[in-house]
Amino acid sequence: MKFKNNSVSLDDVDLKILQALQEDSRQTFTALGESLGLAHSTVYDRIRRMEEQKVIKNYTALIDAERVGLKTITALVTVCTEPKETERVAERLAESPEVLEVYTSLSEELLIIAKVVAADQDSLHDFIANSIAPLRGVLRIRTSIITKKLKESLFSINNGSKGLRL
Amino acid sequence: MIAGSASKAVRNVPREKAFYFFTSVGNYTGMSAVSLKEFMDRVSDVDIKSLEFHLQRGDFQKWVEEILQDNDLAWEIKRLQRFNLTGNALRNQLSLVVSRRYKRLAGQGSSAHS
Repeated sequence: MKFKNNSVSLDDVDLKILQALQEDSRQTFTALGESLGLAHSTVYDRIRRMEEQKVIKNYTALIDAERVGLKTITALVTVCTEPKETERVAERLAESPEVLEVYTSLSEELLIIAKVVAADQDSLHDFIANSIAPLRGVLRIRTSIITKKLKESLFSINNGSKGLRL
Repeated sequence: MIAGSASKAVRNVPREKAFYFFTSVGNYTGMSAVSLKEFMDRVSDVDIKSLEFHLQRGDFQKWVEEILQDNDLAWEIKRLQRFNLTGNALRNQLSLVVSRRYKRLAGQGSSAHS
């Protein structure tokens, strides 16, 4: 299994460990080893190596905000900028806790796409009006408030899509 | 005193305190105003939806009061809210109120300095 550019090489055992961790990252080395037919020391060594190589970036918790009574709205914000300011505006957006994800895109013009979360529409507008619109180089902003989420998932090492087979 | 209020109304405010014109929540037109003069010009040519959006939210009045610190103009704009104006009627009335105030303050400023 080879990865291009500055990526690292993973074998089938690594991939099986990653897949098992994506299903449940709280499993012990022993439990992982038993389920994969490996010694726990092998599992430990492999995981440690993949952590050092930043293949495993983080272990985190997926929280269902609605279950804990957090009422929020999420919006996809598209920011059109002067080309020379795009990178700087994107970096400023990335620093804001309200911004969950930031991407730059080159379509007909240079765009920044950000996923923004806020308590309500007023808070969302205030954030965009006070923290995004004033940034130098911002030309226009389009905002789409998400009304229904049909899917949300992380990249899976065992993605079924043929195009993503490693 | 007159010169003080006049200078507040005709001065330029920092970029982060400018008025940014939106047509709806989060949709920025790309137009902004850093002074009463610029605000007056923008009122004449910004998308009418933007004027309706901000007037209904009380954004104009708030900016004029808090940033330009012109309570008289803020009161006049608030009064416009009560008429539920839309479209060109709103643009014309808002333009009239703002330009009248600007001319008055600019005139006071120049006479105070002369």
